[in-house]
Amino acid sequence: MRKITLTTFIILVVMSVFVTGVMAQEQGGTLVFGRGGDSVGLDPIQVTDGESFKVTQQIFDTLVDYTPGTTEVEPALATDWKVSENGLSWIFNLREGVEFHDGNPFNAEAVKWNFDRWRLEDHPYHFGGEFTYYSYMFQGFPGIIEEVKVVDDLTVEFVLSEKQAPFLNNLAMVPFGISSPEAVKEYGEDYFKNPVGTGAYTLEEWRQGDRVLLKANENYWRERAYLDEIVFRSIPDNSARYMELQSGTIDMMDGVSPEDVESVESSDEIKLSLRPSMNVGYFSMNFNVEPFDDVRVRRAFNHAIDKQSIIDAFYSGLAEPAKNPMPPSIWGYNDEIEPYAYNPERAKELLAEAGYEDGFEFDLWYLPVPRPYIPQGKFIGQAIQSYLSDVGVTANLVTYDWSTYLDRTKKREAPTFMLGWTGDNGDPDNFIYVLLDESNNRNGYANDELHEILIEAQKTMDQETRVELYKEAQVIIHEDAPWVPLVHSTPPIALKNNIQNYVPNPTGTEKLHRVWLEE
Amino acid sequence: MINYIIKRLLALIPILIGVAVIVFLIVHLIPGDPAQTMLGERASDEALAKLREDMGLNDPLPVQFWRYVKDLLRGDLGRSIMSNNPVSSELAQRFPATLELSFFAMVFAILVGVPAGIFASINQNSWFDNLSMLVALIGVSMPIFWLGLMFIWLFAVELGWFPPSSRIGVGLDFRPITNLYVIDSILQLNFAALKDILHHLVLPAVALGTIPMAIIARMTRSSMLEVLRKDFIRTAYAKGLKRKIVIFKHALKNAMVPIITVVGLQFGVLLGGAVMTETIFSWPGLGKYLVDAIYARDFPIVQGGILFFAGVFVLVNLIVDLSYALVDPRIQYE
Repeated sequence: MRKITLTTFIILVVMSVFVTGVMAQEQGGTLVFGRGGDSVGLDPIQVTDGESFKVTQQIFDTLVDYTPGTTEVEPALATDWKVSENGLSWIFNLREGVEFHDGNPFNAEAVKWNFDRWRLEDHPYHFGGEFTYYSYMFQGFPGIIEEVKVVDDLTVEFVLSEKQAPFLNNLAMVPFGISSPEAVKEYGEDYFKNPVGTGAYTLEEWRQGDRVLLKANENYWRERAYLDEIVFRSIPDNSARYMELQSGTIDMMDGVSPEDVESVESSDEIKLSLRPSMNVGYFSMNFNVEPFDDVRVRRAFNHAIDKQSIIDAFYSGLAEPAKNPMPPSIWGYNDEIEPYAYNPERAKELLAEAGYEDGFEFDLWYLPVPRPYIPQGKFIGQAIQSYLSDVGVTANLVTYDWSTYLDRTKKREAPTFMLGWTGDNGDPDNFIYVLLDESNNRNGYANDELHEILIEAQKTMDQETRVELYKEAQVIIHEDAPWVPLVHSTPPIALKNNIQNYVPNPTGTEKLHRVWLEE
Repeated sequence: MINYIIKRLLALIPILIGVAVIVFLIVHLIPGDPAQTMLGERASDEALAKLREDMGLNDPLPVQFWRYVKDLLRGDLGRSIMSNNPVSSELAQRFPATLELSFFAMVFAILVGVPAGIFASINQNSWFDNLSMLVALIGVSMPIFWLGLMFIWLFAVELGWFPPSSRIGVGLDFRPITNLYVIDSILQLNFAALKDILHHLVLPAVALGTIPMAIIARMTRSSMLEVLRKDFIRTAYAKGLKRKIVIFKHALKNAMVPIITVVGLQFGVLLGGAVMTETIFSWPGLGKYLVDAIYARDFPIVQGGILFFAGVFVLVNLIVDLSYALVDPRIQYE
């Protein structure tokens, strides 16, 4: 009898596994995604905004892709690749039998045509925008990609004029989705409304300012998408969007207001998903302005600000305090660094050592616009102001219109300012070199040793060596304390409980072809 | 009458030229650089220089202005900096949504505001008068974004009577033609879509119509009160006319001129001022779009949009002026 029970039990377990296995991953259904704004355009190379990438990523594939949830690179339209010893020649083998949505074949010729369109200013189809991300990641036109050669139908070679360590990571970026050359030729200036790629979804309809409707691509080279349709709806107001989710007219949303997070957490029908951070919000001090040329003052500021309280108050706790200039989701992150602890007494001591026991007065520029890394510039500015006044320093809050703010901080005119960065390709170079190298930074910080390390890391192909170099760079930066690194925010996404297998990617957007709806 | 209309339309030209000059100057003189705004944190010096060159921002202001006027005379409003789409098609795409919403908001405002004002005036100082004027006062001072959010919360989330936002539900078979969805759905005899579109219109139209409704109610009441005290009303009563006839035929018609003025003005304000309603109700109209364009320093869109609104405003005023003649035979246009 006992034996029978046990057997029955085992059978039940096996059956239930089998049944859930069958029930899992149901095909079909429509997902309505609520977001803050419409896409600017759907030709991925011409846009720079996340709302556009969110959609183009479903329609287009890139040669290589990010592994879901990370910034590591895996095969996509290219099945494998090899790089020459000197790092100047990259050969990609392309996937066989892939078709664009218009039925044209994907091959080496198409890859070459796309890259030539992007990089050659005299290409007949180099129009329709600025090709911003191409020139940004590959350094101008034609940039470091000297030539793209068709080796055979499914093999393509990139010849570079100089080594670029993050080359693969760059190719995985959403803007470098491969378009059907015939479609670009056909639609010309209107291609941004008629995108044709190889992706899991095709564009069905775009009502500008309102919604984008995508339909599953039945011939997708990966497994067909689970969802039949995805609708991206623009709902500008955060509260209104959240009420749409509550009333069930949308299935998921991003841009959840901090004040709504608690309500999501207590809901039985809605769950919260946190996007791994790929950003940093920081407070920067200008080396050309006294007394910020004194490292003791900069370290004092690092001790004076309580990051955790700022996070609790202005991010609903959905962020982590920063100790390095790049977030932990990026490889090469140096977790051994001991952060400057919140310690106003220590800050006062350091200020006294530097000769400022009576304090001083300066201008603090706060962000005029909400950004993902600093959603409420003015309030966070006021918090910093009050922490600094606790250690006897007077900060006067000022701000400017956004473009003036960017322009003047670039010219190093701000004594201290708040700013941040959202990563592009998941490479440490894209944070440390871009934000802190003497050639790029906004606060006049210059350290020759750091500069040499960063340049060496750009030219090194070996991953492990690069990891070591970047870890070293973070130590130097920690010692020099050019910033108070404030936070890495983890933007919340609210979704209905029945949405399965949604994996937010640190890069800010992700493919949705593996998402499915439970009955 | 025809001559008058032609004269008024001709007068539009200097007005629009004046608007064009002022808008061009304001847009170019306020601080803020579209190239910098577009490239954001990523702006490198080379990319900025190239983008400014491409946009023609490096030329002296008079050269830019001359180029703008030349294009304008050819009917070319330029291309949006944000999307690279022609300005005219961006405006054409979004204006119908604003027009439709404003129209239904106005219908609501008139249908509620005018009768409320009339009843308040004939029952002056009654409880209805006091109550409706209190409501009108609240309506005038209500912040529309708050009202809109409360509407969504109460009628969509809690009661579920109306959809929370947008112009049409997901999953309906409907293709816009003119972008006036009500008309499109009628033309296509698509009554399922029509029902859904009207259902979506209720909350935003009532929210947007609340302030004009209140203003119209107050104006109707005071205008009626003034007329009701006139001698000819007493004469009409003395002749033994029924109260209904005195009020609707004699009094209301004479009280109409200021009411029409207010309606016209409010309609113009609605067309341009639907920004908040459009934002709260995710209404893909022109108001919200223009505000975004101002933030992005998208000069061509801002210039084209304001010019367009100015034209519409002048036209609405013309229609108002013409309709005076309909209600008051003493007014004639030569």
